[in-house]
Amino acid sequence: MSAQTSIQVQSARGKTPYGRQYRSRKTAMTMLIYTVMTILTCFFVFPIVFMLVSAIKTNETQITSDVGGLRAFVPYPLRFVPPVARLDDAPAEIRNAYTGLGLQNFFDVFRRMPFGRFLWNSIVVTTTTVGLGLLVNSMAAYPLARLRWKGQGIVLAVIVALIIVPFEAVAIPLMLLTTRLPRPGGGIGWHDTYIVQIIPFVADAFSIYLFYQFFIGIPKDLDEAAIMDGASRLRIYWNIIVPNSRPVFATVAILKFLWVWGSYLWPLLVIRLPEYRPLTVAMQEFFGQYPRLWGDTLAFATMTTLPVLVLFLAFQRWFIRGVATTGIKG
Amino acid sequence: MNGSRKTGRGTTNGRQRVRLSKEKMRETAVAWLMIAPAALGLIVFLAVPFFMAFQLSLTDTRLLSPNPPRLVGLDNYRQLLRVNVISMEPLRDAVTGEVQRDEEGRVLYPRARTILRSDDKYEGMSELAQFDLFGRHYLVAAGDPTFWRGLLNNFYFAAVVVPLQTTFALLLAILVNQRIKGVNLFRTFYFMPVVVPMVVVAVVWFFLYNPGVGTINAFLKAISFGRLGPQAWLSDPRLAFPSIMLLSIWQGVGFQMVIFLAGLQEIPGELYEAAEVDGCSRVQRFIFITLPQLRNTTIFVVVATTILAFQLFTQVQVMTGGGPSEATMTTILHAVREGRYQLRAGYASAITVVFFLIVLAVSIVQRAVIREERAIG
Repeated sequence: MSAQTSIQVQSARGKTPYGRQYRSRKTAMTMLIYTVMTILTCFFVFPIVFMLVSAIKTNETQITSDVGGLRAFVPYPLRFVPPVARLDDAPAEIRNAYTGLGLQNFFDVFRRMPFGRFLWNSIVVTTTTVGLGLLVNSMAAYPLARLRWKGQGIVLAVIVALIIVPFEAVAIPLMLLTTRLPRPGGGIGWHDTYIVQIIPFVADAFSIYLFYQFFIGIPKDLDEAAIMDGASRLRIYWNIIVPNSRPVFATVAILKFLWVWGSYLWPLLVIRLPEYRPLTVAMQEFFGQYPRLWGDTLAFATMTTLPVLVLFLAFQRWFIRGVATTGIKG
Repeated sequence: MNGSRKTGRGTTNGRQRVRLSKEKMRETAVAWLMIAPAALGLIVFLAVPFFMAFQLSLTDTRLLSPNPPRLVGLDNYRQLLRVNVISMEPLRDAVTGEVQRDEEGRVLYPRARTILRSDDKYEGMSELAQFDLFGRHYLVAAGDPTFWRGLLNNFYFAAVVVPLQTTFALLLAILVNQRIKGVNLFRTFYFMPVVVPMVVVAVVWFFLYNPGVGTINAFLKAISFGRLGPQAWLSDPRLAFPSIMLLSIWQGVGFQMVIFLAGLQEIPGELYEAAEVDGCSRVQRFIFITLPQLRNTTIFVVVATTILAFQLFTQVQVMTGGGPSEATMTTILHAVREGRYQLRAGYASAITVVFFLIVLAVSIVQRAVIREERAIG
């Protein structure tokens, strides 16, 4: 009864889908939604734009005087000065007077720090951890999801229980533990190596769980046919399960990649020498050096972010799908 | 899957059973072989350090120390958790016995240090806070005030960020769940901060929060028509922590948005159609369909955000180092300071054990809440 009256009231207001007023109201609503979404976009994007734009402003004074206004987000050349052959060698007055755009800050970063080395370290650690992690964790998830064996239930329960142990809870003892492990190539202690940044993070309970969830959904008849043909379990895993599980491999790879690339606490605990220092720790170190130059620091920040940002923009569908699956539990 | 297993078992006869059990043993062997690398990794780098944390927390183990560690029982926890509330007497004039006051008429109390030094039972304690209650003045002393400040800050962070970020994420998810042109582009923009490493986020926002002339200050001035003056965001003890909360929400909300979005898309469309036929308004549909259907997703998001609040480290380490005057201290920051820089691995382990127990409690509450719903459903 009440439902009917409300419909009548609505149509009296001209809200029926065929009324002209309805359509104009709908357009107004759409406009409002777009406005809100654009404002929100500004909120989410302005720090990134600020970083990118400031990194290519070669004059420090220009950056610091621009931060108080919209100019902070606009790359613009103020005036043109006859190009100096090498800006670093020019007197400070000329450098300050020169207000322009360019890659000078990036060159300065390379000049002030072995940036290439840090970038390489981050790439080595991230790719190895992700690669080994995909192999080891998917291989562990396969028997949990697709075989019947003694102890299966307990192993699965333990792995699910391990998910809730946050890394921070074991970081300090793990640091102590790794100082006592035999070093490959002689000596004691894993500090200041690649392996200390890689090996502890290869096996990961949450990755196993994500693989497990995907694997139990693959139709059984696929591997039953293979068993008839006499294929071994390992072969089934490699030839049937892996090629049919691309989405979950992408998900695990992306989540792990984001985590390892941005990891900061652990390298801070175990890496002291610059030879093995990853970008995150180097970034903070660079940030802490005085005089603190905005242009150089933000160029460093840009170079730390760009690899991830480019990958994200290229594979954004996978990124978003990957994150979405983490929430669907139980 | 259970079904196929049962029928398989039902049809086995004697000879097959022998073959099957042999096969089963082989299968078990293969299974353990495949699981071995991951199991080894999880045992050595997760389970062992996890139990080490408990054991270390009962010792005075130091990093890089030539002396063997001693077992100290619960001493670490005693120092960590010890809190005394001491009632204070106002300072009185020695001659007249009158209560002493400062120029503004406030009652003067002796210095906390004087009181804590006066009695042996307060040994090793220092001031955490002072407060007035029912006309009396109290001094709160703690064995490790920094730890309490850090822990309280984590709760403060959770209390503010969890509701704000969850609501914001849900609204964003609803916004980008609409079928309108270009919605994917907006989704990409909102998610973008998630992929920026936290160290970079901290550094960039450090510049944005520049005191005096800074982007945030300029923006605030512009929207308030000059009424809100420039703030020293990160060096003002009242503003430093909220400033860090803002950038944490900025970085994290896209992640939760995507999880809510997945939840929204799982809601069957018929529910909305039925409601529309019944003449439910948009608001009614949201309250009676969307919210209940998102229940488990919301619990997951709330719990994940709460746990993140207790893991808070990178932002404060980079931007403020826990300051000013410990206004942005956190539990993990304190543990890292003690373990890495003071080399007190035993004491730091005790801190991480307390941290883990909190995370565990949050997770248990989550499971209980979800189970309750299953029992009803």
